[in-house]
Amino acid sequence: MIEFLTENSGAIIQKTFEHFYISIIALLLGIIVAVPLGIILSKTEKVAKVVLGITSILQTLPSLAILAMMIPFIGVGKVPAIIALFIYTLLPILNNTYIGMRSVNKDLVAAGISMGMTTIQTIRLVELPIAIPVIMAGIRLSAVYVISWATLASYIGAGGLGDFIFNGLNLYQPDFIIGGAVLVTLLALISDFILSKVEKWATPKGLRIVR
Amino acid sequence: MLKIEHLTKKYRGGKKAVNDLNLEIKEGEFIAFIGTSGSGKTTALRMINRMIEPSSGTITLNGKDLSKMNPVTLRRSIGYVIQQIGLMPHMTIRENITLVPKLLKWSKDKKDETAEKLIGLVNLPENYLDLYPVQLSGGQQQRIGVLRALAANQDIILMDEPFGALDPITRDTLQDLMKDLQQRLGKTVIFVTHDMDEAIKLADRICIMHNGEMVQFDTPDEILTHPANDFVKEFIGSHRLIQEKPSAKIVDDVMIKPVSITLEKSLDEAIKLMVSKRVDTLFVTDGHGRLLGYLNVEMITSARHTTQSIADTMNREVEFVKTGTKLQDSVRRILIRNLKNITVIDEEKRLIGLITRANIVDMVYDTIWGEENTEQ
Ligand SMILES: Nc1ncnc2c1ncn2[C@@H]1O[C@H](COP(=O)(O)OP(=O)(O)O)[C@@H](O)[C@H]1O
Ligand SMILES: [Mg+2]
Repeated sequence: MIEFLTENSGAIIQKTFEHFYISIIALLLGIIVAVPLGIILSKTEKVAKVVLGITSILQTLPSLAILAMMIPFIGVGKVPAIIALFIYTLLPILNNTYIGMRSVNKDLVAAGISMGMTTIQTIRLVELPIAIPVIMAGIRLSAVYVISWATLASYIGAGGLGDFIFNGLNLYQPDFIIGGAVLVTLLALISDFILSKVEKWATPKGLRIVR
Repeated sequence: MLKIEHLTKKYRGGKKAVNDLNLEIKEGEFIAFIGTSGSGKTTALRMINRMIEPSSGTITLNGKDLSKMNPVTLRRSIGYVIQQIGLMPHMTIRENITLVPKLLKWSKDKKDETAEKLIGLVNLPENYLDLYPVQLSGGQQQRIGVLRALAANQDIILMDEPFGALDPITRDTLQDLMKDLQQRLGKTVIFVTHDMDEAIKLADRICIMHNGEMVQFDTPDEILTHPANDFVKEFIGSHRLIQEKPSAKIVDDVMIKPVSITLEKSLDEAIKLMVSKRVDTLFVTDGHGRLLGYLNVEMITSARHTTQSIADTMNREVEFVKTGTKLQDSVRRILIRNLKNITVIDEEKRLIGLITRANIVDMVYDTIWGEENTEQ
């Protein structure tokens, strides 16, 4: 194990960075698409049921199958990997944004309207700040998923820590398999820890205080 | 000022929640809508700020037809207070108070100034401005709810059973506070309640609703002496019709002269004064006779070793009524809040008298003898 780390230190840094980079782009795209979509869906119950239904079906497709399906369309490499991972980040973020927005006390929204807020203002000043903790929980969940699934991206030539594991499997090198897995896990744990800090920072102070 | 004509609201299914309501409200009036649950009070109220659109009829504000106004602009000019309070949990008290000013894009300085000025009006300290709603009690939160409805100088304030969820003592305090604010600031208040005592205490005129229709719209005195029909009579309750009789008396008729001391005296002098006048409570005033607080023996005994100053020892929270208040109202307050006594002050807040529990005895005596005499 120590041997694995010292002998491959250069590659480890490069692969870890690659892994991180694929994951974070997929996650950011997911946030950019799913948060606004979740907000819009929270305003239209009927459409929401249909859309959330479709995304949860997408979610059940095996990741490897999606990755393989990408090949005929966009070939191999980082782009198809990021697209596939992006699809996976959608559901948790979408779901949580929708639930978070819907669970804001109706009296508060009504109070906002009665004071002369426009619909946009009730979203921006009332619902979104209160829904932040739930939305952030969805983002954290997606981040952990995406980092572990990014391992499979190596299969279609996107690189990342999955390379160690697949090489290990092909060459019967348990050190590579275990080392790769440990690094992926570490990366996921560290990302989750950082996001927990972000969540704390993004949650309005008034919601953190308990009497 | 506010004119409601043939106002009707039909919900889907054909139920008329409000049916042909006609009334005119003058500037600076305190109006109570009262009626049993489901009589259409909330619906009527919410048509005024267009949270609900009428099925037919018109509402005009200073001659302008509300249905032609932008609802968002309209709502920013009308205060609204609800039973559920509805403070924003993620905003500080300061931000909550100045929410409408924020929507109106006031400068930060002007908002801060407003918040600091307003919080004093409801007897809360300025450092509360930086707390969050969860850190306040229900009664304190609703004080902020009231301020939020005042902060942008709204002329009209709509209140939907605002004190309904509070305990009786807090409710009573807030009623007094609201009445005082309304009079001092000259606001027009439309107040929904199902509590007759609350309506009688606060309103200049009461609108009694039943099944979406207005049954009587008149001053409390007129309603109590001349109920329009049996429904109103029943609704008021016979005990109130009788109670109203000895109410001709005002506090000034029966109050006694309280023993008071000025602020700059020492605690030793206070004790001497108590002994010579044979009282256990002294009211503290400034040089102009304005009421500042009170002192009692317990407070003096516990503070005697640490200070000689009356200012450090006295309690500044002293209950008072204004000169000219109905005796019945102040006696009720003594009973509800379980007070020993209540002071009477004039317009300049000068201490002029004291109503004590002995006055309750007099009133009960009056009521019983008054009644028996008429029966005989
Ligand atoms: N959105 C609605 N749809 C249908 N009926 C309603 C609606 N809101 C209120 N109502 C009915 O209208 C009547 C009056 O309601 P409301 O104005 O809330 O009465 P109150 O405030 O006096 O208790 C009630 O019978 C109530 O059931
Ligand atoms: Mg109601």
